[in-house]
Amino acid sequence: MGLPHAVGEEASRGAGSPPLLSMHGISKRFGATRALKDVSLAVHAGDVLALIGENGAGKSTLMKILSGAHPPDTGRMELAGAAYAPENPHAAHIAGVAMIYQELNLAPDLSVEDNIMLGQECSRWGRLDRTLQRREVARVLDLLGHADLPPEALVGTLPAGTRQVVEIARALVARARVVVFDEPTSSLTQADVLRLFEVIRKLRQSGLGVVYISHFLEEIRAVCNRYTVLRDGEIAGAGDLAGISEADIVALMVGRSVNELFPNVAHQIGDVVLSIEGLGGGRYPQSVNCDLRRGEILGIAGLVGSGRTELLRCLFALDPVRTGTVRLANLTPRASPRARIAAGFGFVSEDRKTEGLAQGRSIADNLTLSRLAPYSRWGWLNLTQRRAAANDWIRRLGIKAGSPDDAVQALSGGNQQKVALARVMHQAADVLLLDEPTRGIDVAAKSEIYRLMGELAAAGKSIMFVSSYAAELLAVCDRVGVMARGRLREVRAACDWTEESIMHCAVKKYDE
Amino acid sequence: MHLTSDTRPARTATILRSAKTTLGPFLALIVVIGFFGVYDTWFGGGGQFLSARNFRSVSVATATIAVAALGMTVVIIAGGIDLSAGTTVALSATIVAWCLKANWPAPLAAAAGILIACTAGLINGVLISTLRVVPFIVTLGTMTIYLGIAKIIARETTIRPDLNEQVPRWLADLLSARTEALWFGAPAGIWLTLALSLALAAMLHLTVFGRYVYAIGSNESTARLCGVNVPWCKMTLYTLAGFFVGVAGIFQFARLSSGNPTSGTGLELRIIAAVVIGGGSLSGGRGAVLGTLTGAAIMEVIKSGCTQLGLHNPVQEIILGAIIVAAVTLDQVRQRRSAG
Repeated sequence: MGLPHAVGEEASRGAGSPPLLSMHGISKRFGATRALKDVSLAVHAGDVLALIGENGAGKSTLMKILSGAHPPDTGRMELAGAAYAPENPHAAHIAGVAMIYQELNLAPDLSVEDNIMLGQECSRWGRLDRTLQRREVARVLDLLGHADLPPEALVGTLPAGTRQVVEIARALVARARVVVFDEPTSSLTQADVLRLFEVIRKLRQSGLGVVYISHFLEEIRAVCNRYTVLRDGEIAGAGDLAGISEADIVALMVGRSVNELFPNVAHQIGDVVLSIEGLGGGRYPQSVNCDLRRGEILGIAGLVGSGRTELLRCLFALDPVRTGTVRLANLTPRASPRARIAAGFGFVSEDRKTEGLAQGRSIADNLTLSRLAPYSRWGWLNLTQRRAAANDWIRRLGIKAGSPDDAVQALSGGNQQKVALARVMHQAADVLLLDEPTRGIDVAAKSEIYRLMGELAAAGKSIMFVSSYAAELLAVCDRVGVMARGRLREVRAACDWTEESIMHCAVKKYDE
Repeated sequence: MHLTSDTRPARTATILRSAKTTLGPFLALIVVIGFFGVYDTWFGGGGQFLSARNFRSVSVATATIAVAALGMTVVIIAGGIDLSAGTTVALSATIVAWCLKANWPAPLAAAAGILIACTAGLINGVLISTLRVVPFIVTLGTMTIYLGIAKIIARETTIRPDLNEQVPRWLADLLSARTEALWFGAPAGIWLTLALSLALAAMLHLTVFGRYVYAIGSNESTARLCGVNVPWCKMTLYTLAGFFVGVAGIFQFARLSSGNPTSGTGLELRIIAAVVIGGGSLSGGRGAVLGTLTGAAIMEVIKSGCTQLGLHNPVQEIILGAIIVAAVTLDQVRQRRSAG
């Protein structure tokens, strides 16, 4: 289908300037699985290279080879013109390759200065040279545009975005030449993301090479200038970002066209099933009024912290309800999760790990926990029956698992999310409250979850769909509402919104 | 069609895996018995270690800890802990002795012992779910409270009912190794322990409540989100643990023929040790009845073995401590390997 920038069309860049970092013909096997096959990439000084690919495409294996955690089976690497073959992560660090992970490696009880200099302290005869250290810390913080950050502040008291700056500063003190960011924005607010981009721009200007791994194409567009797409451990495409559309990148990632990303399932919208009047919780939400119809998908947009999650939790009575009424099919259920489930609510948490799923328990346990009644009599379970039912759901949703007795923690993110969705479907919920159901899962799984939502709506279920990703809301929902400062500000048909107008509504100043 | 042929090997693998986790402590028990048996038979012990009599006396000595540990297993699976179990055993034994001394019929005295322990458990459960204080602290407090109550009841002495007049034969022989007391080769108390174990294992694996216990221990937020009534479950399970502790109290009275309020101090640590050696995880979500029974047995076998070999008490204690650390370390290693 004529994809631009086909395989092998590497760096048609300024002749003569050799790349800062290059990887040639890297292959890697783990037992029977081939993780990488003949992968090459190049990062020039001043480049921000986007490394794109679905989960399992080989991005992290490639970066583990780069950072010395795994040796490659074949292939070679060069850093600044010299052969580069790190024995371990420490060697890579010394050679000038720094990794910034989404989970930060900082000591919360130490100061900014101590964290930046940890393991690379300036000392004489074991005595810290604070003056020299201060100067070094000031130098790198200034370079990053954060000269105002007090070096004596405890890292634990800093917001997440600032903590990341400390981590980057640590890499700069070690004279890093290539900095790899692995999903750096997943725990950051919008403002912090913009500041991070500013920092990355400074890194570019000072002649470093940056590799940027992210699921968010718009972020990549904002901060990177070149891209490499991995699919199934091979290079699917590479080139300048300026010459390629997002749809084409997605097509390279999934190996199929973008129309298939948002499958369109026709569904009929019926009468009002859920009406919310003046709903208020602890701090957020505040006086929310809203209706939801049968077979309708209502998107809830807004910034992180605008009260979207709190709205869903309040509806499900996981958080205290202070004011207002919630009527589902003309009944007002008591304010406990148990009563809300009985009334027909189903809730999928944004946090699969610590709330949504009991990670150590089996798929069957997680799937049926909210509704064991069909398999029990006088409190005794019919395990065979339950197992068969779980097997049935695994097949229906195409969950990739060995057996219903496997622990949930062994599954990939997308499959875990399907288990969480299967639970609310198994519970036969009429109103599904989905909080960021596509976060942290790969494109193919996202697409399957969109299709599932469409099918649920077609079957007469109603869905409230919270997401930070405006594009998916616009593609999947019938109506979209925007929350800001705890209130539901505006609800319109999805076709009357654009990504820009949603963002504008989310950040606008409101007179309360 | 396709489905059954597809999942059967996976199912067998799962059963094997779960068997391996419960068999771990069991193998350890066999190794310990084998070691002492070989040493005792061929290297100049008394040659008594592997005798049926010794087996009987070991199992009789294990029973009290084992029954109380069954209750603790439920608590630990649900992610809790009960430090008051030891003093509650003594409280229950004291109540039984007090009732008999007051000329109550023995079945009523036993029921009173169980009832008081269930109440103690219920109080733990209510405090934990209403005050939202961690179980460790709550039961650390009630541990001393129950000790105090037992002392008040016993007027700070030991209650000794008249063995001939007030204590019936069946109660005194509940855990006696004397041949007249045996019933199909073991005293009634052993059979009772086994029956309770079976019932508890069935409850944990085959009932809705059992699923809830595991779910709460594995991830309490998930359980809440799935509509499980977490406070109610906790009260129930601590009360259930109290029931087992109450039975342990009756056992203790039967062994000592007296009610001594301080006789349970420190017992809670051995009860917890039995669960942990048996594969229970203090972070919740894991534990098994068979493992707990094995854990309790391992401790008693080591004690008996060391006595036969003429090793002194302090040496036994050191060995036991080392076994606890080793058991938990092994378990951790196995967990890590299976997780990744």
